[in-house]
Amino acid sequence: MGAYLVRRLLLMAVTLVGMSILIFALLRMVPGNIADILMDASGNDDPKEKARIVHDLGLDRPVTEQYWQWIDGLAHGDLGYAFVSERPAIEEIAPRIPISGKLAGLAIVFAILLGVPLGVVSAVRQNTGLDYGLRVLSLSGLSFPSFWLGLLVLMASVQWFGTIPIYDADAHGFFAQVKMLALPAIVVGFRSSALIMRLTRSSMLEVLRQDYVRTARSKGASNASVNYDHALRNALLPVITVIGIEAAFLVGGLIVTETVFNIPGVARFLVEAIRWRDYPIVQNLTMLIAVVVVTMNFLVDMAYMVLDPRIKFG
Amino acid sequence: MTVIDHNAALARAGANVTGWWSRTLFFARRYPLGAVGAVIVAAFVFTAVFADVIAPVDPTATNAKYSLAPPSSMFWLGADFMGRDMYSRIIHGARVSLAVGAGAMGLGCVLGIAIGLASGYLSGWVDLALQRLMDIMQALPLLVLAIIMAASLGPSLRNTIFAIAIPLVPSVARVVRSSTLSLRELPFVEAARAVGMGELRIAVRHVLPNTLAPLIVLATAQLGSAILVEASLSFLGLGVPEPHPSWGRMLSESAAEYVRTAPWLVIWPGVAISLTVFGTNLLGDALRDLLDPRQRS
Amino acid sequence: MTPQLQVENLGTWFYTRHGIVKAVDGVDFHVAAGETLAIVGESGCGKSMTALSLMRLIPDPPGRIVSGAVKLGGRDLLKISEEEMRKVRGNEISMIFQEPMTSLNPVMTIGKQIAEALILHRDMNRQQALKRAVEMLDLVRIPEPAQRAREYPHQLSGGMRQRAMIAMALACNPKVLVADEPTTALDVTIQAQILDLIVELQREFKAAVILITHDLGVVAETAHRVIVMYAGRKVEEAAVGPLFAKPLHPYTAGLMKSIPRLELMRGEERRQTERLQEIPGIVPPLFALPAGCAFAPRCPKADDLCRRERPTYEEKQSGHWAACWHTDG
Repeated sequence: MGAYLVRRLLLMAVTLVGMSILIFALLRMVPGNIADILMDASGNDDPKEKARIVHDLGLDRPVTEQYWQWIDGLAHGDLGYAFVSERPAIEEIAPRIPISGKLAGLAIVFAILLGVPLGVVSAVRQNTGLDYGLRVLSLSGLSFPSFWLGLLVLMASVQWFGTIPIYDADAHGFFAQVKMLALPAIVVGFRSSALIMRLTRSSMLEVLRQDYVRTARSKGASNASVNYDHALRNALLPVITVIGIEAAFLVGGLIVTETVFNIPGVARFLVEAIRWRDYPIVQNLTMLIAVVVVTMNFLVDMAYMVLDPRIKFG
Repeated sequence: MTVIDHNAALARAGANVTGWWSRTLFFARRYPLGAVGAVIVAAFVFTAVFADVIAPVDPTATNAKYSLAPPSSMFWLGADFMGRDMYSRIIHGARVSLAVGAGAMGLGCVLGIAIGLASGYLSGWVDLALQRLMDIMQALPLLVLAIIMAASLGPSLRNTIFAIAIPLVPSVARVVRSSTLSLRELPFVEAARAVGMGELRIAVRHVLPNTLAPLIVLATAQLGSAILVEASLSFLGLGVPEPHPSWGRMLSESAAEYVRTAPWLVIWPGVAISLTVFGTNLLGDALRDLLDPRQRS
Repeated sequence: MTPQLQVENLGTWFYTRHGIVKAVDGVDFHVAAGETLAIVGESGCGKSMTALSLMRLIPDPPGRIVSGAVKLGGRDLLKISEEEMRKVRGNEISMIFQEPMTSLNPVMTIGKQIAEALILHRDMNRQQALKRAVEMLDLVRIPEPAQRAREYPHQLSGGMRQRAMIAMALACNPKVLVADEPTTALDVTIQAQILDLIVELQREFKAAVILITHDLGVVAETAHRVIVMYAGRKVEEAAVGPLFAKPLHPYTAGLMKSIPRLELMRGEERRQTERLQEIPGIVPPLFALPAGCAFAPRCPKADDLCRRERPTYEEKQSGHWAACWHTDG
């Protein structure tokens, strides 16, 4: 167990260090830097002015030095300064995290509540009309771009309420926030629910073919008991993996959905920062996302160990 | 005991199916959803290839007079802000989607196969290094990595393909690697080695064809993802630039504002994306059932 | 002895893309309380499908029970509703499977899995059932039964798992026990112990046992009567003594040649017999059976008659049946 944990944590560290190098290198490949964009925007093309900005931001120093400065700062909890706002990056990023976090949490809860039961029903009623209907529904969940789904929701809202839902930073209290974030959360979660549903279905079907299911039937167990007492518990193990990984990968859906619904979360902020070539923000946000993904993977493995009596001390 | 119709039961099991045409018919009857998917994908490819013939007008021709014209006999699906015909733009958009989708999938598969074969075949430190590289690439969601790649390469059709292909590589590499690992030790590979066939030749001639089934399934799924990611990138303004008519960008131009004023600009590009991806997914599911016996339901 | 279980003209067919596969093709047999009937044959001969048909556990599609009757206690199990059948399974007729590892639910404790049948058929509550489950584990000689009942299948050895399966099958004191290759997956030393246990518990519970096996050594040790199956049909049937003394069907004779005689007679310290490889060829695919005797292509005695016409199944000697044109020669 101890050796496994150490190995696992080491691999995580290697992945994250590699990620920091990859991101840093990619961003330095970008044609044009913030100085170009600022000069463009202001219509000023004085090369001296541009050189001053580049120097102020430290962009004229060797790339390795810039990289080292970033990592050294990270180690001391210093994320540097945002280029655009010139405020500490941490102050820009931190307040946006809970917004995206809540949205993602709500989305994944919705995805589980919808995906797991429908996946089970689909498997149990395999090849019936209901199964076909649910499979089409889940495939559509994987096929609709979530920004389009968001736009459709906005359109329906205009149609029925004459207005579009507006993000209110002053909404307090659990229910007020849930109410405000429910629609975007459903839009983001629809895709995840489709994934969870498909996996639950195929995992259920796989388990229903197992010998021990036949044994349960040979004992006289009813269909319901076979499906829920024997099969579901085994079938849910792989589903947990997908839920964990999907929770982290939800960021992709968040990016476009936060854009459509005008929600000031970290995901939309990442795209804005990329447009402005705001390196400190992009680097740190990307690292944040990578940390979340890697941590979720780790937690999923740990959950497996707890839930599956067969796996012990890897 | 209920009366059993032997012929019906046999027909359902696919007895007496021979020849290309009856096989196709059997596939259609056995996997009706897959058949629908195949038809959609075929229609999509056809539209993309013959866009010039199908589209009534030039998708880039602007006319300020018809700005935001609603659907009519002249503009079947309405016109956008610049007075361009939406119907023609959507027809031509299929070409962009197919180019990026198929291009990214193809490039991603080629790179993934090369890395997977190298990884599974050479093993040792090469495998270790490549595996860590794949870990790193998989530590970011597909869209996030594609966004960063797209931004660092700059906007162009070619760069968009590249930006989407790279994030697709790890999953292909993993599939190829794991089947390579299990295949290397099989008797027929040993036999090829025994008669003095070179390792590279063995890899390409014997191991690769046997990983084909899972690869086809994965590639079909990736075609759908690639089309979706292209739409998202273009929606965010980081994808295929003007003058290429991209479905995703049509939605960003119209987006929230046109939700009120010109809903036809929001609905049709989305329908085009969704239908295309839906078709590839349906087809992919049926292919998986057909080609991957372990997943067969 | 009145038969406990009476099977008549059982037919189980599979509908595949290659055509109809008659996995079980008109099989009759009966078994009395306290009697052990062995059904023998190579893999693919239809013996396991016969067992699953008795339980009505044939996967449908592709399989269907198309004809016959399975009479247990005055009822035809093929005629009753699925709901009634559930009350029979695990209660009046129960089954032990070949692979104790995969046949036990990996995420459920042994005790719970045994208790399940009791809760279903004996109106016990959870606690009573778990208590009885521990007693059953004790009965099948599992040491520290209370501790084992709380463990999961993977924590038990192969032999222990099969003992637990037996405890599970016998929990409700069934009239008929179907054991499908109960020792095939086990070590040789464990095999004898498990067989002894089954024989002993059979005496205690007065159950009728149907033992499905490909291993004639196992048959010699445990069975009273034997049915030999080939390609979905019975080819020979007799009491153990006469069958081993003088097998009438060349297939049976072939099966016997594949076990060392001497060790067979001693019954102990038997080496693992090879999978009956001494009969040349393999069981033909069931959708492409020859017109005459199904065994003809592999049979040393086969002639034109065998290839042309299927031999009738008849009583060649008192209580000794066979389907072969050449039983005299």
